Amino acid sequence: MRSPRTPKLLSVAAVALLALTACGGGDSSADAGAEGDTSRVIIADGSEPQSPLIPTDTSEVGGGAILDLIFVGLVSYDADGTPVNEMAESIDTEDSQLYTIKLKEGKTFTNGDPVTSASFVDAWNFGAAAKNAQKSGTFFDSIEGYDEASAAGSTVETMSGLTIVDDTTFTVKLKQAESDWPLRLGYSAFAPMPAAALADPATYGENPVGNGPYMFDGEGAWEHNQQIRLVPNEDYDGPQKAQNAGITFKIYQSDTTAYQDLISDNLDVLKTIPTSDIKNFKSDLGEERSTESIYAGNQTISIPYYLENWSGEAGKLRRQALSMAINREEITDVIFNGGRTPAEDFTAPMLDGFDGDLPGSENLEFNPEEAKKVWAEAEKISPYDESKPLSIVYNADKGDHKTWVEAVVNGVKNNLGIEISGQPKSTFKEARTEANAGELTGAIRSGWQADYPSLYNFLGPIFIEGAGSNDARYANPEFEALLTDGLAAPSVEEGTEIMNQAQEMLLEDLPAIPLWYQHAQGGWSNNVTNVEFGWDGVPLYYAITGK
Amino acid sequence: MAGYVLRRFLQLIPVFLGATLLLYFLVFSLPGDATAAICGEKGCTPAVEASLRAQYNLDQPFWVQYFLYLKGVLTFDLGTNFAGREIATIIGEVFPTTAKLALMALAFEAVFGIAFGLFAGLRKGKLFDSTVLVLSLIVIAVPIFVLGFLMQFVFGVKLAWTTPTVSGDAGFTGLLLPAIVLGLVSFAYVLRLTRTSVIENANADYVRTATAKGLSRPRVVTVHILRNSMIPVATFLGADLGALMGGAIVTEGIFNVNGVGNTLYRAVLNGEAPVVVSIVTVLILIFCLANLLVDLLYAWLDPRIRYA
Repeated sequence: MRSPRTPKLLSVAAVALLALTACGGGDSSADAGAEGDTSRVIIADGSEPQSPLIPTDTSEVGGGAILDLIFVGLVSYDADGTPVNEMAESIDTEDSQLYTIKLKEGKTFTNGDPVTSASFVDAWNFGAAAKNAQKSGTFFDSIEGYDEASAAGSTVETMSGLTIVDDTTFTVKLKQAESDWPLRLGYSAFAPMPAAALADPATYGENPVGNGPYMFDGEGAWEHNQQIRLVPNEDYDGPQKAQNAGITFKIYQSDTTAYQDLISDNLDVLKTIPTSDIKNFKSDLGEERSTESIYAGNQTISIPYYLENWSGEAGKLRRQALSMAINREEITDVIFNGGRTPAEDFTAPMLDGFDGDLPGSENLEFNPEEAKKVWAEAEKISPYDESKPLSIVYNADKGDHKTWVEAVVNGVKNNLGIEISGQPKSTFKEARTEANAGELTGAIRSGWQADYPSLYNFLGPIFIEGAGSNDARYANPEFEALLTDGLAAPSVEEGTEIMNQAQEMLLEDLPAIPLWYQHAQGGWSNNVTNVEFGWDGVPLYYAITGK
Repeated sequence: MAGYVLRRFLQLIPVFLGATLLLYFLVFSLPGDATAAICGEKGCTPAVEASLRAQYNLDQPFWVQYFLYLKGVLTFDLGTNFAGREIATIIGEVFPTTAKLALMALAFEAVFGIAFGLFAGLRKGKLFDSTVLVLSLIVIAVPIFVLGFLMQFVFGVKLAWTTPTVSGDAGFTGLLLPAIVLGLVSFAYVLRLTRTSVIENANADYVRTATAKGLSRPRVVTVHILRNSMIPVATFLGADLGALMGGAIVTEGIFNVNGVGNTLYRAVLNGEAPVVVSIVTVLILIFCLANLLVDLLYAWLDPRIRYA
């Protein structure tokens, strides 16, 4: 009895609705223009920061993504990784060892405190001093006086290389000349901090106050394990000015879950497509809502020199043979669906000075005949002890490494005819503990993501003797001398040439076997536009707008 | 009765000590150095590692670590996790969410399980009974994550009746789908338990007597059959509450619920013994209390049972 009346009511409502939306549409297009809707709060995926949000104490991506938005240092990186001045008016040096840094006038933190020389110098000293146990303290290791401040149990709280000249000028003296040092200054560890931060870091880290394009949406904007709400900092007027009304990082335990929210438009930007959806994300989202580009990160397999069979002249030949027995092209195509690019060196292609044709890079090309020949040569020097076959250690808890490790293992087995296997560890922690202690019983996979856009960042921290990430325990004084020369070169350009000479040694010795360059594979919802991914595989959040 | 309850509460003390000791030891024995998890792929300097170890007592032998933890518990200071957050705060955040989820799942499985089981049992061998039996068998046989992803995709992505994940504050509507998924398998068990029990009791002498003396059918069913069939079901539900609270890891993972399961999983991976032990201990206490409640419920369901 009621049904005949319903359509009439509905149609009245529909007309009213149409009229409303017509008005609304006209308004929004008037103020947004062709650029997109700047009044939208962007919902992005994030992960829970693993420490209080203090620039010098954050060394993982979850907290790093937030810090990069609420802090800016002397410089920031544009989409290509080129540094542009933010707080710095100028960074001058004559000998690449003593830097004079002038700050722009009138910059403030969001609590009103001015950004002065002391904001930088005190923050850096805080980061380096051993008593504060800051996880990113090593980033200051080029500065004179770092060793004294960072030594275990040290009571020295300042680095002698930092000198405040006046409120907007300070000088930095490095231990030795390093021409690429200014390139590092965009990394979040080098951000300035207000005095309040250093007085009570734990409280500050819960509600950090910065000077970046965004700021916390009031006290308690960090709802742990749920979301972190950022709003634009209206006082910021640098190159990363916010084009939206804020960013809410929704915290996900897994990319798979986040992907379900993305395809149902409940999430605006997803920076990493889960492995299970790599084959279908382009068809799910379409070309206009997905992206794929190389970023400054790679995947390698480090073979420790303390393993029998893998040191000395024979070891070097075996490493070369192993590397040539890996069909990188096929694995990146089949397993990653083209989502990785076979490696040609130890760094990453978008960096200044990258050269994919260095002498020795043929060792990274698939060549099973040559591999067998080289392996046979190694056998002549010293026979392979088959009771200690090689295994590749990987962590099974996150990152989905099993598939490709198995593919590498099978390829080497077939092409080289040697016994090799995967060695899964249940947690990342377990794998890293063995690597750090130098107690690995096999090679270990490791992924490296650049902190700052420089060749050195892919070489120094991984292959210098005693460096924290030198899993192979590589020690080559000639290589290190070249790196030192490269850093000391009068310009970054001349420096990179020498860095590449150092790389030639690595390509010959292969302490680690480069596999491929990582791709950023991301997607976005129907509600946003202007999404671009930067050199480090992170979306340029500030540029994203609504449709 | 009061004496019985008091005795049961006193029994919690050895349970607490034993459980914390065992758990602490298990997490302590996990391979790997916890600082490796804190520092990540890039590593920390030895000085930073050393001070992190000192901060979380990781440089102490097992017994010292355990007693320091126990001392903290007795002075109401559970300590912090590796991200520097108070464990008590974390527990205060995640337990209400998971409790809500578990109670909703429990209500779902109890109400629907008992209702379906009762009808199936009363119509033994009929179409409804057979259909329900087959369906419940399927639910039990299919792994929970398959059901979870399937329902998430159908109701969250395709039909968009709800969001695929639980966002921000977990409210009643947001938790509805996860609660159904979480309670689905137990629902099938409750249904089957009730059905068997009802069939057994429907043929009992006292039911025939009740019918013979002229009681109405609804009264016979609810008071005589159903009430007597509830003992095995109540036992199951009581034990299930604990399982639902602690065992929601898969469901919480699929629906991105910030609950006990997810927190526990992360803490185990990081080797955060105090977090794991604190959370699991609360779970054990809940489990014990639920069991006590079930035992007391027996006396109400079956007046022949008395506690002294």
